[in-house]
Amino acid sequence: MTTSLMSRMMRNAKGIMFRNIPMMINCRDFENFMIDYIEGSLPKRQVRVFEFHLKLCRECGDYLAAYRRTIEVSKRVFADADAPVPDDVPEDLVRAILDARAR
Amino acid sequence: MSEARRKQLTDDSDGELVDRVLAHSESAAETLVRRHGGWMLRVALSITRDRALAEDCVQDAFANGFSRLAGFERRSGFKTWLNRIVVNAALMKLRGRRARKESDLETLLPSFDANECRIEEPWRRVLTPEQIVGSERLRTLVLQKVDELPESYRSVLLLRDIEEMTTAEVAETLGMSPVNVKVRLHRARAALKRLLEPLMRGEGQ
Repeated sequence: MTTSLMSRMMRNAKGIMFRNIPMMINCRDFENFMIDYIEGSLPKRQVRVFEFHLKLCRECGDYLAAYRRTIEVSKRVFADADAPVPDDVPEDLVRAILDARAR
Repeated sequence: MSEARRKQLTDDSDGELVDRVLAHSESAAETLVRRHGGWMLRVALSITRDRALAEDCVQDAFANGFSRLAGFERRSGFKTWLNRIVVNAALMKLRGRRARKESDLETLLPSFDANECRIEEPWRRVLTPEQIVGSERLRTLVLQKVDELPESYRSVLLLRDIEEMTTAEVAETLGMSPVNVKVRLHRARAALKRLLEPLMRGEGQ
């Protein structure tokens, strides 16, 4: 049996499982819950449903981890790229703003 | 700076200063610029990542703010009001910048098969955030990829994830509904994940 046929059969079996297990959502529903789950605003009951799917689905587990990592990486790269700004406003900027006002 | 000037910088409330600027007090205008210019410059810099451009934004924001001061409704704080103006000035500057290479968002969203099962290659090798932040080449690449996001998605991602504004604040700043902010944020993150995938998997290293 080829790997791709095997993988297709596994995916079909997974689809059937997700459709038939009580309290189970499919991957697309999981996708729709993700942002609220990460923000902690998903109701408790839905958190249980979300995490139940997460336990059984390798793809969604990998996806969620990579999604979280994307957020972390972008935050840290931007924090690193920000040049330090003095607390006081540069004097020439203050003058430029006030001069423009006077015109 | 004189003692009286220093005292004014810390003592008078924004509301009092706004009233005095409206009554044509230049010293009140200067106090507002000195009080708020610093954090506004930081906000503009984090969006534009260019010092000269960020200073232009602050200048534009004050010009815009002063000219609209009479219409400032006291319901929201003065700082919130200024924040919205400087963020918009920064986003406008970015929009006006060189034509960017924008990716087609639809092609970057997650894929599902006919069974609604997610298609996602296993993550066998993953670089840590430390490895990415530690490499100048990778840091530059991440900034470039964020730049490739379509404008309305990139703005939401910058304000929500980088500036750490709340959904409600972003909605108000960009004139979108909170639901729309959430949808765009999720799509922006999903697209960025796809764009960063080769980098995060350590491919081409």
